[in-house]
Amino acid sequence: MNPLLTPLETVTPVAATGVTSWAWLLIAIPLVSAGVLLLVGRAGDAWGHFLGTLASLASAGLSIAIFVTLLGLSDDARSQVVHLYDWISGGAWTIALGLQVDQLSILFCLLITIVGSLIHIYSIGYMAHDPRRRRFFAFLNLFIAAMLLLVLADNYLVLFFGWEGVGLASYLLIGFWQDRPSAAAAAKKAFVINRVGDMGMVIAISLMLATFGSVAFTDVNANAAAANPATITAIGLLLLWGACGKSAQLPLQAWLLDAMEGPTPVSALIHAATMVTAGVYLVTRSHEIYAHTEWASTAVVVIGTLTLLAGAWIGCSKDDIKKVLAGSTMSQIGYMMLAAGIGPAGYAFAIFHLVTHGFFKANMFLGAGSVMHAMDDDVNMRHYGGLAKYMPITFATFAAGFLAIIGFPFTAGFFSKDHIIEAAFEHNQVVGVLALVGAGVTAFYMTRLMLMTFGGKKRWQDDVHPHESPLVMTIPLIVLGVASLAGGLLLNNWIGGWLEPAVGGAHGEAHEPSLLAGFASPVGWITLAVVAVGVAIAFVVFGPRKAIPQVAPATRNPLTIAGRNDLFGDAFNDAAVVRPAATLTRGVLAVDRGGIDGAVHGVAGLLGGLSVVLRRLQTGYVRSYALVMVVGAAILGGVLVLTQLS
Amino acid sequence: MTQEIAVLMEISAPSLDYGLLAPVLIVFGAACVGVLLEALVPRGGRRLTQAILAFAALVAAMVMVGINASSGARVVEAVGSIAIDGPTQFLWGTLILLTAMALLVFLDRDVDDSHFAPSAASVPGSNQEQEAQEAGHAHTEVFPLALFALSGMLVFPAANDLITLFVALEVLSLPLYVLSGLARRRRLLSQESSLKYFLLGAMSSGFFLYGITLLYGFSGSFDYAGIADAVVNPTQPTGLLIAGLGLLGMGLLFKVGAVPFHSWTPDVYVGAPTPVTGFMAACTKIAAVGALLRVFFVALGSARWDWQPAMAVVAVMTMVVGALMAITQTDVKRMLAYSSIAHAGFILTAVVGAYQTGSGAPDGAVTSIQSVLFYLAVYGASTIAAFALLTMVRDRGIEATNLSDWAGLAKKSPRVAAAFGFLLLSFAGIPLTSGFIGKWAVFAAAWGGGYAWLVVVAVLVSLVTAFFYLKVIVSMFFAEPAESSEVVEPSIPTLLAVAVGVAVTFVAGVVPGPLLELAAKAGEFVR
Repeated sequence: MNPLLTPLETVTPVAATGVTSWAWLLIAIPLVSAGVLLLVGRAGDAWGHFLGTLASLASAGLSIAIFVTLLGLSDDARSQVVHLYDWISGGAWTIALGLQVDQLSILFCLLITIVGSLIHIYSIGYMAHDPRRRRFFAFLNLFIAAMLLLVLADNYLVLFFGWEGVGLASYLLIGFWQDRPSAAAAAKKAFVINRVGDMGMVIAISLMLATFGSVAFTDVNANAAAANPATITAIGLLLLWGACGKSAQLPLQAWLLDAMEGPTPVSALIHAATMVTAGVYLVTRSHEIYAHTEWASTAVVVIGTLTLLAGAWIGCSKDDIKKVLAGSTMSQIGYMMLAAGIGPAGYAFAIFHLVTHGFFKANMFLGAGSVMHAMDDDVNMRHYGGLAKYMPITFATFAAGFLAIIGFPFTAGFFSKDHIIEAAFEHNQVVGVLALVGAGVTAFYMTRLMLMTFGGKKRWQDDVHPHESPLVMTIPLIVLGVASLAGGLLLNNWIGGWLEPAVGGAHGEAHEPSLLAGFASPVGWITLAVVAVGVAIAFVVFGPRKAIPQVAPATRNPLTIAGRNDLFGDAFNDAAVVRPAATLTRGVLAVDRGGIDGAVHGVAGLLGGLSVVLRRLQTGYVRSYALVMVVGAAILGGVLVLTQLS
Repeated sequence: MTQEIAVLMEISAPSLDYGLLAPVLIVFGAACVGVLLEALVPRGGRRLTQAILAFAALVAAMVMVGINASSGARVVEAVGSIAIDGPTQFLWGTLILLTAMALLVFLDRDVDDSHFAPSAASVPGSNQEQEAQEAGHAHTEVFPLALFALSGMLVFPAANDLITLFVALEVLSLPLYVLSGLARRRRLLSQESSLKYFLLGAMSSGFFLYGITLLYGFSGSFDYAGIADAVVNPTQPTGLLIAGLGLLGMGLLFKVGAVPFHSWTPDVYVGAPTPVTGFMAACTKIAAVGALLRVFFVALGSARWDWQPAMAVVAVMTMVVGALMAITQTDVKRMLAYSSIAHAGFILTAVVGAYQTGSGAPDGAVTSIQSVLFYLAVYGASTIAAFALLTMVRDRGIEATNLSDWAGLAKKSPRVAAAFGFLLLSFAGIPLTSGFIGKWAVFAAAWGGGYAWLVVVAVLVSLVTAFFYLKVIVSMFFAEPAESSEVVEPSIPTLLAVAVGVAVTFVAGVVPGPLLELAAKAGEFVR
């Protein structure tokens, strides 16, 4: 029997008790704070950012309290539901508004609230001079609330509310500097592409309702095995479609690079550490679906692998520091997707990498923000150079993130990424090799970024005066930097066992987690070698002595051109979605114009002759109304007679 | 022969359970007293007296409904003419509460006095009218008239034989004809609408009565139970049944405002004083749909294979025509009139489904009756609030209902715009409003009854309806404010009615459970 098709043991959640039953406060606190911040108006300008940060910290505190409580419980008592109320209850369908606190969701809560709080603190400094700072914190709080709803939901419909909520918050924050046309356009693009993905979600949820009569995780998981395999495959593929939109996986990746128009803390929190990982969460949460459909789980692996390579490719060819990081985010989420697609062996690794990635990517984004802060918001790395001297803390923390992402031994990424590559090799040699190549390329472009930013000679303009950022910005950097270095070490031996009941039992048989796992197998050594090669090539090309031109040199290299143009993602979208949609819109518009023109004479034109007839019927004369009734009576009589005849 | 006469002569007084019939009797009695008050109370005090009387009657009637409902009585009362069962209690409660809401809006003041004409009998524009206006007159008969109409509405869905049904129909219709003609402004339009309503109503009554005679010819009985028996064991050609149910159905569908018997709706809704329009749009529809349900489910339930296709055709036409015509309306009041037609179509989908325990609905499924009751209650509340909001946007004291007058309303009065926008979202069926749950419920019932195609059509049409509701929202929130109109400070009663309507719309959207449960508990019709 195929290992993918073995049923998994999952724990049935129990009713929440104690501090866990207060889980709804996790969501309510930032939500209320967001409401207050938006409603008080200017009066809150002076203290708005403190309230926002406090709300986030309160949620973080509660998350930690719940986490500690769960730690003290036995495995099968850790999955708890908080039933809030039945939203719709009718017949066979009951859609409850409920929260599910278990090993998986509490891990996300910790990540969201703790990294979120750090980013709130950082933003106090970063947004200090922005007149709309209060609003910014309101949106951040809104995001935290929506994201927590997403991960705490106990059914797909409530998850979808959170899913849409983060989409809204992301839209508001990408377009936060609404006076910049590029930001407004980027926000719109992100919103539209996410809608495309949401369509998959909506259909998947509808299909679940039709198939299982319920959208609760427990019901879907319990009944997945018995359902029609074709339906399960469809649901799996549709969920993947939704996940691709939110997680910027191929082919719905194009919005993420543009999303960097948002303020940098937003890029760190939403477009690196948390929201974009929602797709991985969705796939992991739906593990029972993917366990019963090889097609869909293979699709997850394929998409993940392609995206990890595409993201790395884009990362190599960008000069905009945030876009390099965005490409890298795509790529790392590709790794997570790949791991999640492998099945029970990979879920824990996917989540592990997700958490460590949350640390080091947030760290590097915030670092990039610190650099931009120093460089008058210039994002072009060709204008940087030699910043290590001027910004020692930013450099040190960024270096920690750098080491973590390339998988330097004993840093966070070393553990989490290695597991994925090994699991990929066990799953399929080709996928394994591609994942390995991705690791090498990652090492290359990240080294390039480091060298171009912090190494070499200074290339900035005379009127730019780089300086270290204030403490309120550097302290979160330091915390995240430490986590980037030590996070893997701390979590490595624990996370697999912790997650096992929530994501299925097969984990741990093949991989006994060990601190030295990276050195225990040939794959680990090969990975290290490939990474070393990547770093070395970058040093040869962009080394400290190399002159880096201020303007990107023209090139005929098709690889570079494709990379600089985001692998022609926009062109693809244009051809596949925008142009057909535009044609459709033009058609609709033509019909609509017909309708409006027709309004001058009545209803005519909207639906051709039909509406002309309709309009003529509403003359205002009683006699014609009476005639309508009589004709209607005749029609009805006809139908009744026909019914008799048939 | 003599014996037969002797039997006929021997009429013994029927024994009535006055407790169960009390809601109807109280309302009817209060209406009669209201007429006397008109004659006895000096003009200055009439308005207040009438209002106190009307609300006291409504409260008393509601208390009786509550007592009766909690006793769980399911009987046929008054010599087989009134069926008192779960659906009756639910509809009575809904009708009484919504009438109370509507009467709150009746109390609203126009620029100089009420929304009602100073002297309805005088020729519009005549000196007589002018004098009455200067003397500060206004018809306060509207309160007893509304109570008379309500007593008809209470009997209409509870009627258990066709004669009672007809009497109830006329009792509810006649006061409405009068009320429609009482608008203080645009009196010609109002009188025209009143006359149109009356003429077409009379015509539909003709259909209705003819249907009754044919059904009597078919079954030899006016009782629903007797007709139902005859449907199962016919002794006459079924042609009589088909023709009879068709004609009777037309009379009922006229009151529901279903296409092709809808032509009066837009004209009357626009012409009638706005508070009356709200009352009609909510309460008449509830009573008529309730009566339609009882006639077709109890008396003609076994013949459902015969009427379902025709009713489905009506439902489709009603939804499509209502939605299409609403798209191009430039008058908010008229748009709401067409929207109410479309909503009648949505309700009819559940009637078509006829999804009851008797027709195969499993325990706990959303049944047709349950879904329709829920829809009617929440739609009624939203509708009265929406029409009440219409009275607040004025141009030099007169209601400004043109869409251009509503442009940029959010800048003038964020509260009015937000409340109206929220109600429109509910009409459009956006989640977290009662409209969404109502649509979901009726569609579920139609789907369960095997009319999946009808649900598909209905969902497509509700997309179309979303278009014109959103058009108004866009205009209110994103257009430049119109200079022609202003928002007046509403009177406290109107404000109360709007607040209740919006609250019901919100609560029944977020926590629909209790109301759905209540509608489910109403259960089946008694026979």
